[in-house]
Amino acid sequence: MEFFDRFAVPHPSPLIYASMVAIGLTVIAIFLGITYFKKWGYLWREWLTTVDHKRIGIMYIISALLMLFRGGADAVMMRLQTSVPDNAFLDAQHYNEVFTTHGVVMIFFMAMAFVIGLMNFVVPLQIGARDVAFPRLNAISFWLYFAGAMLFNISFVVGGSPDAGWTNYYPLASTDFSTSVGINYYNWALQISGIGTLMTGINFIVTILKMRAPGMKLMKMPMFTWSSLITNIIIVFAFPVLTIALLMGTFDRQFGTNFFTSVNGGMDMMWANLFWVWGHPEVYILILPAFGIYSEIISTFSSRNLYGYKSMVGSMAIISLLSFLVWVHHFFTMGHGALTNSIFSITTMAIAVPTGIKIFNWLLTMWKGKIRFTVPMLYSVAFIPLFTIGGVTGVMLAMASADYQYHNTMFLVAHFHNVIIPGVVFAMLAGLTYWWPKMFGFMLNEKIGKWAFWNLAIGFCLAFFPMYITGLDGQARRMYTYSEATGFGPLNMLSFAGAAIMAIGFALIVYNVYYSFRHAPRNVGDDPWDARTLEWATHNPVPHYNFAVTPQVNSSQALWDSKKHGYQLFKHDLTEIHMPNNSGAPIILAGLFFIFGFSFVFFIWPGVIVSGIAILACLAYRSFEKDDGYHIPVKEIKETEEKFGGAKK
Amino acid sequence: MKELFPLKQVNGFVFSLLLTIIALSVYFLDMSFELGMTILLVTAFIQATVQLVVFMHAGESEDKRSIYTSTLYGIIIALFTVFGSLLAMVWGYL
Ligand code: HEM
Ligand SMILES: [Cu+2]
Repeated sequence: MEFFDRFAVPHPSPLIYASMVAIGLTVIAIFLGITYFKKWGYLWREWLTTVDHKRIGIMYIISALLMLFRGGADAVMMRLQTSVPDNAFLDAQHYNEVFTTHGVVMIFFMAMAFVIGLMNFVVPLQIGARDVAFPRLNAISFWLYFAGAMLFNISFVVGGSPDAGWTNYYPLASTDFSTSVGINYYNWALQISGIGTLMTGINFIVTILKMRAPGMKLMKMPMFTWSSLITNIIIVFAFPVLTIALLMGTFDRQFGTNFFTSVNGGMDMMWANLFWVWGHPEVYILILPAFGIYSEIISTFSSRNLYGYKSMVGSMAIISLLSFLVWVHHFFTMGHGALTNSIFSITTMAIAVPTGIKIFNWLLTMWKGKIRFTVPMLYSVAFIPLFTIGGVTGVMLAMASADYQYHNTMFLVAHFHNVIIPGVVFAMLAGLTYWWPKMFGFMLNEKIGKWAFWNLAIGFCLAFFPMYITGLDGQARRMYTYSEATGFGPLNMLSFAGAAIMAIGFALIVYNVYYSFRHAPRNVGDDPWDARTLEWATHNPVPHYNFAVTPQVNSSQALWDSKKHGYQLFKHDLTEIHMPNNSGAPIILAGLFFIFGFSFVFFIWPGVIVSGIAILACLAYRSFEKDDGYHIPVKEIKETEEKFGGAKK
Repeated sequence: MKELFPLKQVNGFVFSLLLTIIALSVYFLDMSFELGMTILLVTAFIQATVQLVVFMHAGESEDKRSIYTSTLYGIIIALFTVFGSLLAMVWGYL
């Protein structure tokens, strides 16, 4: 019995017991459902073992949406708890756990996965490639991310959730103050999915540098591909810092070392330092792909080429370097002197300059353009003013002396949601709507999509703008309740109303998927948005080899040139296509990593050793495996192309 | 004969052994902490360069330029991170 005691939740409540039952029932229902419809074989062959970048992208996006709802449920609970003074819906401990899991789930498992999912789906198509450079590695990245996400998500029903914030500062996160296994979960879940992300970074850099269609010089790449390249460079330089910091935290908590302790020569704020050395580049990892998506969408729906292509690329390159030079702005109040704070104040404000350049480029792209207000365009147009407000409040926070007033108040919370929601989340939803026909061969309903957009946009303003005011009035972040005398009540109620409206918006998006799946016409053609870049030069949905014939590229909007200026994209005849084989190894490897992480969280050494050896065995097996892929004969390509309505020539 | 004998590699090997001996001397000889650290840092960076250029053939392929550019970028970011952290964690309080 004693062995099982460790899995008990330290602070149980009816809500948690209810979730346990709900999770159990859902898992059983899914298993029974798949078995009943005899879908195991299909699932295994077509999805779980796939190395196709498009399917991996779709799996990333599905996981991201699931995590969006998990994190969204946390958000609504927090807003409900703070909607009236002295509320007792959640106690302090539960509130701590909820804001921690909200932050971690949203950043690591929602936003990152969404970004990487869209990158997976779109980038190889935009550069005219058949897949990424290392398809098997790509599958491993996804499954490691998935294993990490699942490990993190079981924490609240098995052993207890982390409760030290998504920033996980020591000494609060040390064993002295966080006694449950929650923080171990944090360390291992992020470690495992972080390794996956790092491999994605390498994979995409190689893909973009080496696998572009003939003629596509670097300066002829579409803007989303450019933003992905820069993002992945930041990933490769930033993520190792997180890996090491997490490992040091693990050693402190599980082997009694003193990296982040306040005694024995440890430095507790060193965690904060390392966390933000990774953390600030991370916010740019999220926003740059979003910028890329907006660039594609704004230029498509303004029917104009992107204004200032070179300055767009240049400002992203500058951002990628500057993003590594500003991290101290997250702890201006730690107590260092004016010189240190001034240096990082200035670097931080400097970042606003290239960001501002991009804003003007988007505005000038729309200038005198023939704008079509489709759903993706609505998100993009709303992004510009809303994100600008977030950027301006960021510059306010960047003034070190003023930050003593704002730091860790709701003002800060309002700032980063103001950049992340209209910046990243809107971009993901816009991108998903935009590329949806590429993925599934039908369009999402515009009318429901617009309703969802307005709910999200208005809900966002109502939910977060009041926080600027309460923050300036002194409402601290992460405070689970407040007294009536503070006067924070009415504005917090408004925030809750905004959150509820946003929840309706997300529900409408789900309904839209269902509705469009049932009712939308399937004959949308290959280029339903009248777009400009290469991914629209093949069929909807995309055949698994992407392009029957490798395209020849002449500019950053090759498809537009072929439509309007008679440029010939496909110059060659059909030839055999070389494709990678599917493999079960990635999902097995990730399963082993899950067991490894889980055992480590609970100090179950036999489990750690056995799964550790099995992981090494998998790697060894892979080293000796011979797998040269397979070839699709010309006849089969012809048949597939016929099925899609005639060869593209 | 010249093609058969990897002179560059043998020289590199001897040189890297030499660097290792110099670094080891910090442990065996009696010297101040500052001097010891300086010797270790300098030999470490030279050692890394030797490995990269001589044994990992950094300069021998077509993408020579991009290899050196990205290495340089990495070094710059690493230096900023290290010195920035020192500034934030140690020097900034003086
Ligand atoms: C003009 C650009 C920006 C500037 C000048 C800026 C400035 C700042 C500053 C100074 C802080 C720290 C404030 C404090 O802790 O008191 C901060 C926090 C933050 N910012 Fe920004 N920011 C900018 C853009 C962004 C973007 C684009 C994102 C994300 C996509 C972002 C996400 C965040 C997050 C997540 C935090 C803090 C999280 C936490 O403490 O939990 N910021 N920003
Ligand atoms: Cu920052």
